[in-house]
Amino acid sequence: MREISANELEKVVCQMCLQANRELPRDVLFLLNRAMNQEKGRAKRVLERILENCKIAKREELPLCQDTGLAIVFAEIGQKVVIKGDLKRAIERGIEKGWKQGLFREAIVHPLKRDNPTSLPPVIHFDFLPGEKVKITLLCKGFGSENVSRTCMFLPHTRIEDIEEWVVGIVKEKGVDACPPLFIGIGIGGSVDKAVFLSKKALLQRVDRITSDPERARIEKRILRKVNRLGIGPLGLGGNSTALAVKVLFYPTHIAGLPVAVNINCWALRRVERVI
Amino acid sequence: MNSLYTPLTKKKAEELRAGEEISLTGVIYTARDKAHKRIANALLRHRNPSFPLQDQIIYYCGPTPAPRNRVIGSCGPTTSSRMDEFTPLLLKKGLRGMIGKGKRTEKVIEAIKRFKAVYFVTFGGCGALLSTFVKKKEVVAYPELKTEAVYRLYVEDFPLIVAIDSRGREIF
Repeated sequence: MREISANELEKVVCQMCLQANRELPRDVLFLLNRAMNQEKGRAKRVLERILENCKIAKREELPLCQDTGLAIVFAEIGQKVVIKGDLKRAIERGIEKGWKQGLFREAIVHPLKRDNPTSLPPVIHFDFLPGEKVKITLLCKGFGSENVSRTCMFLPHTRIEDIEEWVVGIVKEKGVDACPPLFIGIGIGGSVDKAVFLSKKALLQRVDRITSDPERARIEKRILRKVNRLGIGPLGLGGNSTALAVKVLFYPTHIAGLPVAVNINCWALRRVERVI
Repeated sequence: MNSLYTPLTKKKAEELRAGEEISLTGVIYTARDKAHKRIANALLRHRNPSFPLQDQIIYYCGPTPAPRNRVIGSCGPTTSSRMDEFTPLLLKKGLRGMIGKGKRTEKVIEAIKRFKAVYFVTFGGCGALLSTFVKKKEVVAYPELKTEAVYRLYVEDFPLIVAIDSRGREIF
């Protein structure tokens, strides 16, 4: 058995918050740069501003965006690991500290009362795997894009083309509000909650690589092409880069149904991974 | 890029065209969801909010706290459509411009046309960049709302794009 102290975990999570909100992952920056080089006119100028913002945020240690998001944590715990102390509390304290240190916006409120915002609680998904490591993935999720996410219970015999059209329709209707160019996570299968979970998890996949499963890769490619034909462009001001990547995850489902969820992320896909 | 100075009079507003890129210098007021609700409630009771609306510009923004040695934290635009239900009333009371991101409803576009106002967008998600154009910040209403309070900002060469002009033409 390997011991990891709750204190260590807390420090790591705090550092992850600071990094996530100030510096985009390399694969995300790569796609933003590539889009900037491919676009012309206003779309290019908008992407130049976005990349300038990324440089300023990193250099000045400022949040990339004033919406520093709702902290979504995926904690994969090795079965041979013993956490000394309170695991959940350690993650929460790491977030609380990160938010305070980074001067991030405390934006979490009671769903109905909506007063006294704080940085807590995060949304945490635990998973247990063989081995003696802990892997934490943090996604700082802005709500301009979260608000554009959707779920649909399709009939079991629905054609994939119709599901693709549904996704394209969501982007057409509401994509402008979500700060394009977008990252689109799609969960297909499972139960309604599983589909939504997968759509979020899809946003954790590397976005600069083609998915190895050819079936998913084909769907991703088709949706990306259709979405980029909408002409919405960076920040909705026109252009070819309405989305930078589409990622799909599957899960077996019941013979009577076909749940599908779409989780939209703005251009600032703020995720950080750490293995302890 | 053309320069624009506040206050945004009807004449200046009427000269702006959808798609035009503008750099704004002068005073703007931040207000988002909660402040809008309070401003609208005050106006419906025939009370004036504690800052002027006539020929002014509201910026849909809730900044992060200012680090030491900076005027303001990250301060990009939030989604404008959440303010749509309050906007026609504010425009009726003299508000001349709004800065945000994303589309507006038909009702808002109609009110923009009727009251000769302008809706601008700026760079969504670019709060760090946009903070460099803010030179002064002062809270003028609802300080208890913290990030959602109304701040008077003095901005220099703040980058904007006219998204809906006073004739109701839109860029989207």
